[in-house]
Amino acid sequence: MAISFTLNGKATSVDVSPDMPLLWVLRDTLNMTGTKFGCGMALCGACTVHINGEATRSCITAVSSIAGKKVTTIEGLSTDGSHPVQQAWMEEDVPQCGYCQSGQIMSAVALLSKKPKPTDADIDDAMSGNICRCGTYQRIRKAIHRAASMPASKA
Amino acid sequence: MAIAPVVNRRDFLKTGAAGGVALVIGFHLSPSALADQAAEQEKKIPNPLDAWVRITPDNHVTLILGKSEMGQGIMTALPMILAEELCLDWKNVKVEQAPTNPKVYDLGTGGSGSVAGSWLPLRRAGAAAREMLIAAAAQKWEVSPDTCKAANGQVVHGHPQRYLSYGELVEAAAKLPIPNFNTVPLKNSADFTVVGHDTHRFEGRDKATGAAKFGIDSRVPGMLFAVVARCPVFGGKLASFDATKAKEVPGVRDVISFETSGRGASTTGGVAVLAENSWAAMQGRKALVVKWDEGPAANESSAELHKQFLANAAKGGKALRNDGDADSVLGSSPKKVEAVYELPFAPHACMEPMNCTVQIRPDGAEAWVPTQAPQWAQGVIAEAAKLPPEKVIVHTTLMGGGFGRRYQADFVMEAAQVAAKAAGKPVMVLWTREDDMQHGFYRPASYHKLQGALDANGNLAAWKHFQTSTSIAAKWSEKGAEDPGLGEFGSGATIPYVTPNVRIEYTLAESSVPRAWWRSVEHSSSGFVIESFIDELAAAAGQDPLVFRMKIIGGDRKIPMFGNDKEPPLDTARLKGVLQLAAEKAGWGKPLPKGQGRGIATFYSFNSYTAAVAEASVQNGAIKVHRLVYAVDCGRPINPEGVRAQVESAAIYGLSAALHDAITIKGGRVEQSNFNDYGMPRMSETPKTEVHVVMSKEEPTGIGEPGLPVVTPAVCNAIFAATGKRLRSLPIRSEDLA
Repeated sequence: MAISFTLNGKATSVDVSPDMPLLWVLRDTLNMTGTKFGCGMALCGACTVHINGEATRSCITAVSSIAGKKVTTIEGLSTDGSHPVQQAWMEEDVPQCGYCQSGQIMSAVALLSKKPKPTDADIDDAMSGNICRCGTYQRIRKAIHRAASMPASKA
Repeated sequence: MAIAPVVNRRDFLKTGAAGGVALVIGFHLSPSALADQAAEQEKKIPNPLDAWVRITPDNHVTLILGKSEMGQGIMTALPMILAEELCLDWKNVKVEQAPTNPKVYDLGTGGSGSVAGSWLPLRRAGAAAREMLIAAAAQKWEVSPDTCKAANGQVVHGHPQRYLSYGELVEAAAKLPIPNFNTVPLKNSADFTVVGHDTHRFEGRDKATGAAKFGIDSRVPGMLFAVVARCPVFGGKLASFDATKAKEVPGVRDVISFETSGRGASTTGGVAVLAENSWAAMQGRKALVVKWDEGPAANESSAELHKQFLANAAKGGKALRNDGDADSVLGSSPKKVEAVYELPFAPHACMEPMNCTVQIRPDGAEAWVPTQAPQWAQGVIAEAAKLPPEKVIVHTTLMGGGFGRRYQADFVMEAAQVAAKAAGKPVMVLWTREDDMQHGFYRPASYHKLQGALDANGNLAAWKHFQTSTSIAAKWSEKGAEDPGLGEFGSGATIPYVTPNVRIEYTLAESSVPRAWWRSVEHSSSGFVIESFIDELAAAAGQDPLVFRMKIIGGDRKIPMFGNDKEPPLDTARLKGVLQLAAEKAGWGKPLPKGQGRGIATFYSFNSYTAAVAEASVQNGAIKVHRLVYAVDCGRPINPEGVRAQVESAAIYGLSAALHDAITIKGGRVEQSNFNDYGMPRMSETPKTEVHVVMSKEEPTGIGEPGLPVVTPAVCNAIFAATGKRLRSLPIRSEDLA
């Protein structure tokens, strides 16, 4: 049965098992590999996307549950890295291995959309579901503050 | 000096890259620290090219990277070295990953050795190319090369200045003789504009946009996705299986049993479910009915291993080092300290689970592998495919973490065996997090008994270190080969502290749990144990831990590495340098808020010197690390910002194994499965971390790992300062703090 949703602004339809998690639809059916698999149990945040603007773990989100909704992935922020949060990530040299960073960035963008000037405690709360095995947390924190201070922030 | 790479192969090739002539300079290196390994491998496999400089007529310069990027920043640091000698604008440098060429030779990426090993050869390659371009320009202008110079990707001459771009010169330059690499003039370091300057990561943009391709992102037309059912007990074997229900799962295409063997295998094989997508493969695996022959390891447990440790400790070990007479001094000394430390197995837990994509056809094979050891991967695939290695193309992808785990070839072996039975289809064997957690190669579990004696003046009169562990060497040696155990101490066998009486003993503990290199390897345990015990001795001597360390390190001297005279000696002046720098930057001795303590540790590993000061307290039954101040001396830093990032990273990695969970064994299997029962540090636990990099002019040394060994002892020593409690067993539990 076809399931339709909006993916990064484009109408998208997939014909897959309805209980298939969105993560695997994105990665294996649509070949959009920016969203990552880390744990499969919503424990690490590597698979974070936005569903109707809310940060959501795509690894436990059945694709049937997003019918008619708006999905934004890392590829949907910008393709050239011009999004303020992506800019801040580059300027603070956040990524090391980089594998978790799509999820980190999606969580950070969702935070900034709700709290444009987050405190350290806000950042701790919003980012606590995202693991970085390279331990780039200090730079993530700095990058979020930097993005928050950018005048053109569209986060 | 430490690093004396031997250039024993150079090539000068003209290729038709980018539709024109290219100047390509290749070389191969073997740093002295790895010379034996290099010589050994060289006998078996052809020489590799370690890196290439390519200049095309349209003026693009590319370094083909002969090392693997796993987060450590090598894709930035190595091209920076090249760009420096080539007088290039860094912004114009491009990097490409090297293909695995069976005619060349690669040591792999590990041991914090890439920059140290590539520094001089890359400089020479860059300088040789630069001199050839200058010579070509001089010929065109009919002037002496001495009157020309290179700058910003051009050769410049005269007043008013005239210019020729490297692209305009490359065709002529390619026809000129190659300068002798041993005598080619290298830039004066005072003129460096790239090396030593903070530089953004080359692939940072791709990693911020999701465009970066990791192994798991490999997509090949017609590929299938596979997950594997493995015996949960180490060494267990497949008895029988029924795939009927698995094959009924929509999307499942095939079910294949396979075997893996040899010293690189993590399991004996298993049953692979191949499907149109990863999810279907996982569902198919759930539907499999499998019977395992669990084998002799089914009775093993962490509790039994602990008993083995105690029994081994009661007997004492084989002496690996015996200076003076530590036992009799300990027996007669008025002031003795004794303490026991224990560390569990630790998993790498790379964020990108293991995976490997292989396609095997009758005429050749191709693979996409996130690997620290592409040459090994190539050999493993060649064996499975029954093809000569040169028929196997290995694409080394970016890695979502390596930390030593991806130096292994077990996950490649599995994918190769499955692909060999997949009728030419490309197959990705994907590990789930549970697979990754339960079928790893773990940091050895170890148990240490330390004894020290102090003389009347508070000097170290004797030092004795007994260790029993499930050593790495024993896992990798042929059955029955004796494991002396020195590798389990690393630089911990060469304590920098002055004492005439040193005894080091070791006993191997038996275990079926696979072990291998975990970030900083044996130094993760040696650093914790030795630097914690030095703190205990300082307390017994009634001295400040910094003052005590400085006193017993003593005068400036170079201490040969015990049992490894090929390694550069430990320079006590540099060690004291980082201790003093960390202490000064941390405000050692200044008052702290109530309940907080300050601890210090220093260690020498991978030829680099580190010291850390931690500020910590106990909050709600757990350790809170408020601040970490590091000083590191890794010789000349290529990219100081990259050095800082690596040290910040090593600190969190070290704390993960100290403050969170352990890999424990019961019934011959790992009890943990995912991040719910093997927790990771999170944002809120991250201390404010400062890294002070010594802007040394010594040869560059390692930095991916050396930040790790000091973090746990610094934090534990801080907790002692705050609470008076000694923490000797990892991971630290709330009851240890109560």
